[in-house]
Amino acid sequence: MRIAVTRRYGFPAAHVLARPEWPPARNERVYGKCANPAGHGHDYGVEVTVAGPLDPGSGRVVDPAWLDALVRERVIERLSHRLLNDDPAFREAVPTAENIARFVEGALEGPIAAGSRARLVRVRILETPRNVFETGELR
Amino acid sequence: MAPVRLTRAIEFATSLRYARPDLGPEENRALFGRLASRHGHNYRLEVTVEGEPDPATGMVMDLAELKQVLDAEIMARFDHRDLVDDTPYFAKCLPTPENFALRIRQILLEALPPGALARIRLQPDEDHWVEVIEER
Repeated sequence: MRIAVTRRYGFPAAHVLARPEWPPARNERVYGKCANPAGHGHDYGVEVTVAGPLDPGSGRVVDPAWLDALVRERVIERLSHRLLNDDPAFREAVPTAENIARFVEGALEGPIAAGSRARLVRVRILETPRNVFETGELR
Repeated sequence: MAPVRLTRAIEFATSLRYARPDLGPEENRALFGRLASRHGHNYRLEVTVEGEPDPATGMVMDLAELKQVLDAEIMARFDHRDLVDDTPYFAKCLPTPENFALRIRQILLEALPPGALARIRLQPDEDHWVEVIEER
């Protein structure tokens, strides 16, 4: 048995799905409407799941206030109200939700392991309520 | 690197009833109660595919392609249909959420690229769902 805790966050941001080195026609073929050079945006949802031993004193896997502060500092403040393409994390990688999930995983994995007894097991990016992208463990 | 999963959700309206063909109407009613009467659900289906994002496009799978598969294979078959009368498969198999999810899995395994399907979640109503997770 394992106990996992998920906290949900969000941020509004803009992005353009296009590779600068590709001609517009190719970007449009690959990314459709998302290639619009002027950009478009989403209210991204971010679900962060951690698992670990239950602290016998607090009865918690992780201090939610600590996790909230970490996610706010490493992810939300960095990506909220920005054009994601401007962030160094997305200079090489197109800011698809797949790559956003990988970025969030990379930004949180180390600090969670270092600062708590829990570990990051899953990140879900909800680009819309219908389109969800996740990395980490399935179970 | 670990794979990335992509989930697309669709909703469809489908009617059904629980009726074993070897039993008469009275027996079915005794066995299944109100479920033996024709009723319906707004099903929500979440389909999760997984893979390594293409290094050039950053995509696991083109969402438009996934949507097209779901339109052609699921919406066209089940939306505004009756599971028992319109789908020969359920003439002999009770349309429980479990059996329905397994049928959808079978359809999607054939329609999606090999190895892509990771999970389906079928939700007949808000408080209740069935998941089928592929073993790796």
